[in-house]
Amino acid sequence: MRWYWYASPQTFFPLAGRIALWCGLAAVPLALAGLYVGFFVAPTDAQQGEAYRIIFIHVPAAWMSMFLYVVMAFWAAIGLAFNTRLSGMMASAIAPTGALFTFIALWTGSLWGKPTWGTWWVWDARLTSELILLFLYFGFMALHAAIEDPRRADRACAVLALVGVVNIPIIYYSVQWWNTLHQGASVSLTRAPTMAKTMLTGMLLMALAFWLYSMAVAMVRVRCIMREREAVAA
Amino acid sequence: MLAAARTILQRDLLLAMRRRGDVATALLFFVIVASLFPLGIGAQPNLLREIAPGVIWVAALLSSLLSLRRLFESDHADGTLEQMLLGAAPLGVVVLAKAVAHWLAAGLPLVAIAPVIALQYDLPAVLYPVLALSLALGTPVLSLIGAIGAALTLGLRGGGVLLALLVLPLYVPVLILGAGAVEMSAAGSGGEAQLLLLAAALVFAAAFAPWAIAAALRISSE
Amino acid sequence: MLEGADLECQRGGRTLFRGLSLVLRRGELVRIAGPNGSGKTSLLRILCGLLTPTAGEVRWNGAPIRGLKEEYTKSLVYLGHAPAVKDDLTPGENLAIAARLCGMAVAPERLKAALERFAVPDALVRRLSQGQKRRAALARLLLAAEVPLWLLDEPFTALDAAAAELTRATLREQVARGGAVLYTTHQDAGLQETRVIEL
Repeated sequence: MRWYWYASPQTFFPLAGRIALWCGLAAVPLALAGLYVGFFVAPTDAQQGEAYRIIFIHVPAAWMSMFLYVVMAFWAAIGLAFNTRLSGMMASAIAPTGALFTFIALWTGSLWGKPTWGTWWVWDARLTSELILLFLYFGFMALHAAIEDPRRADRACAVLALVGVVNIPIIYYSVQWWNTLHQGASVSLTRAPTMAKTMLTGMLLMALAFWLYSMAVAMVRVRCIMREREAVAA
Repeated sequence: MLAAARTILQRDLLLAMRRRGDVATALLFFVIVASLFPLGIGAQPNLLREIAPGVIWVAALLSSLLSLRRLFESDHADGTLEQMLLGAAPLGVVVLAKAVAHWLAAGLPLVAIAPVIALQYDLPAVLYPVLALSLALGTPVLSLIGAIGAALTLGLRGGGVLLALLVLPLYVPVLILGAGAVEMSAAGSGGEAQLLLLAAALVFAAAFAPWAIAAALRISSE
Repeated sequence: MLEGADLECQRGGRTLFRGLSLVLRRGELVRIAGPNGSGKTSLLRILCGLLTPTAGEVRWNGAPIRGLKEEYTKSLVYLGHAPAVKDDLTPGENLAIAARLCGMAVAPERLKAALERFAVPDALVRRLSQGQKRRAALARLLLAAEVPLWLLDEPFTALDAAAAELTRATLREQVARGGAVLYTTHQDAGLQETRVIEL
């Protein structure tokens, strides 16, 4: 019953501010802890040496890029089904952060690929589909910018986001479905991880930090959008 | 419901026949783009033979993109799209009929003329059936996915480039499967896997794209 | 029959109207009047279901049209600003398609008769004048006698005196038969309306 009340931009505005503050504050120590574990505590990898440490940014960023798209698609679906204003605003607020993490994943992946595979880029299934994900985020933002009426923009982008969500399983399962250069998944929800405990801890800490950061940034952005659209008295 | 679908199909085919110039232009574009690559890369026969499937597929993709604007723009401009939204048949059915008509006028000619391009690239004749089949399965998927983009960008300024940005990422899997089918065949391992996946993509697109297109049309007509 | 409850419309940042309620019953001829830009077309599109109002609801025989979809659209004829005829077809072909899209099976003789009544020549629409295109669009009304609701946006645009009189006669006949007609115009059309809604 109570969360219906928060569906109105007017009442959500102060709540968003509080969420942004607490998530932002929580993200900082977690990020510091994750980086400390990643760069100082975790052992040197047997095959890759020190260069592998970029995994502590690369993998959480890649996870976030996919996760944020699904969240964006979720809000898009809610907005189309219930015709609520706030859902569309949430989707638009998430998109730039999602694009950022996709870019970070691709860029750190490149930096990792050069010393280990000998090349900055290779057109295998996982990298290609992650690149497509970046284009999907850009397409979302470009379509939104091209439509003047905010409500029509929200709903058109919602359809686009839902059509593109087909790409997420493709990215995730690409390493299983195709022979790719990219290594397979070492972390799974159902099996025990196949990597050292400290490495896993570092990655999970960073993932949590990225998640809290994303929530904080999305909340700040959605407040800006609300003010822009005059859904809330300035 | 089927009567409405048949009406729209016949109407769009009749309109395409009366505007044969548009259809011919898209086809000519396909031929010209495919001819640019040898001029740009150099005309060594071995190289051309290798890149032929990819080049033909990319040219088909771009030509399909070019012809997508025609799909809804004129109906939107003269008010007939609104009448379809208010018609007695479900919009998804009407949209599917339009997509089929679009494919018959824009995609099928590509399938027919592809062997001629393949000749230019000295692709072995034994690969022509796979090429034609991959295009025959893939171009309808391109029409359906592209129609979603066309519906979303209806009436927008800078629509053509925006349409390309939205639709090309979604086209990539079809491109990979289509060109891959021919390349696998050329390598001797048979392109059945890719062709089956293309067929699956076609079924999936035919089942779900019409609803996305209909939703997008309603949003764009407001 | 048709009910608009507490409708609000916002376009391009402006609120065109708010708290607008209306009722349309059988045998009523209602005019929506107002200056240019006052929201007449938007109101008509909201009543058709083409545009979603920012607030409020439209009901057909008590049920909200959002849920009715084809059941509702089958019961109405909407003629918008644009004549809704394809340039590359003849008026006869356009009319046949429009009829079939609405689920009506119309004999070719009836189509010809409707077009002749409105004096529409048989050439590609591209070659017709604005007034002739408008008449080609209005000819559809002669086939829609059984359709209970007519929503017409500026039907008298570009019409000469004879065509305007023919249109007025058609509307009066429909209302006399028990249909409901709602039309917009920014000037007096010379009809005896049941009611005028000013925006």
